Amino acid sequence: MVEFTLPRNSVVKKGKLYKADGATNIRLVQVYRWDPDSGENPRIDSYEIDMDHCGPMVLDAILKIKNEIDSSLTFRRSCREGVCGSCAMNINGKNTLACIKAISDYQGTIKIFPLPHMSVIKDLVADMSHFFEQYASIKPWLTASSEAPADSERLQSREDRAKLDGLYECVLCASCSTSCPSYWWNSDKYLGPAILLQAYRWLADSRDDNDKERLDELDESFKLYRCHTIMNCTDTCPKGLNPAKAIAEIKKRLVERDHL
Amino acid sequence: MSANRPLSPHLQVYRLPLTGLVSITHRMTGVFLSMGLVLFVYVLFAIAAGENAYLAMQAFMSFWLFKLVYWGFIYALFFHLVHGIRHLIWDVGKTFERATLDKFAVYELACSASLTLLTFIVS
Repeated sequence: MVEFTLPRNSVVKKGKLYKADGATNIRLVQVYRWDPDSGENPRIDSYEIDMDHCGPMVLDAILKIKNEIDSSLTFRRSCREGVCGSCAMNINGKNTLACIKAISDYQGTIKIFPLPHMSVIKDLVADMSHFFEQYASIKPWLTASSEAPADSERLQSREDRAKLDGLYECVLCASCSTSCPSYWWNSDKYLGPAILLQAYRWLADSRDDNDKERLDELDESFKLYRCHTIMNCTDTCPKGLNPAKAIAEIKKRLVERDHL
Repeated sequence: MSANRPLSPHLQVYRLPLTGLVSITHRMTGVFLSMGLVLFVYVLFAIAAGENAYLAMQAFMSFWLFKLVYWGFIYALFFHLVHGIRHLIWDVGKTFERATLDKFAVYELACSASLTLLTFIVS
């Protein structure tokens, strides 16, 4: 449902300032904090980061806060090279992966929030259960009616394999889905850009012959057609992929199925 | 416990790209145009109701504030039209590339502004 303002328990308050005494090359990093045990509203804590002793990426600054300033700061991270999708967050108004985003790409204060319009478990950790349930709902695995070859893989031509480029790279970080206003207002029914890109990844796969059922599943006013080509998804994808284009391809397939 | 969980900020913190701003403007101009139809019906009604009603309508519509609304309506019409055409181009699956997105958004703004200006000059 469309609600432009935050519920009362979600309104963000001012938090603490942690100073970096003695440092000369300082960068201010502001981080959204919420402690489930405190019973208080979320707050913004400000940390002065000594850039002479900090790695180059936004994730390095966050790790520095956790290691040296405030160990209670909670966030997800794993691979630190943009392939696991764990550290997706909203940095200075855009969703991205903190590990592959350089601090030097920003000027001035860096403001970090959890992925937008999500239920917050703690600090920067959002509840991703619904997102992954939606992923499971599109049956993200290969379904083929033919028997698998006994002594080799299912082979593809180079051309068919190339059709998966720009799709298989998606790491399901949810940056795109949580950047999408349509997903904010209708995530209960709308699948969102990430899941739809994944759905198209299987439609585009020459080895999968379950297209009919996959399309039937998607042909529904909310699941697919809540996409209004706002393009926040493509704008924000930290992997440079194009979910909006994938969604358009699904819509085209449905038109072809019904009218050609 | 989960009932108490806050909702993370969305509109409050998200910096919409130009395409996002154009998209919400499309929606708003659509609403504005629908509401403007009431004025349009009023004009038709005044024409049908005879000379006196027509003159009253003209006096009413030449008040500067209504002129402003009127020009806003014309701009909204052109903007809505131009972005509608943009949607048609998207619907054939073309021009989704990141580099072209901002370019097209600027074209749209320029087109709708020029068409409004053209109407002003011609009228």
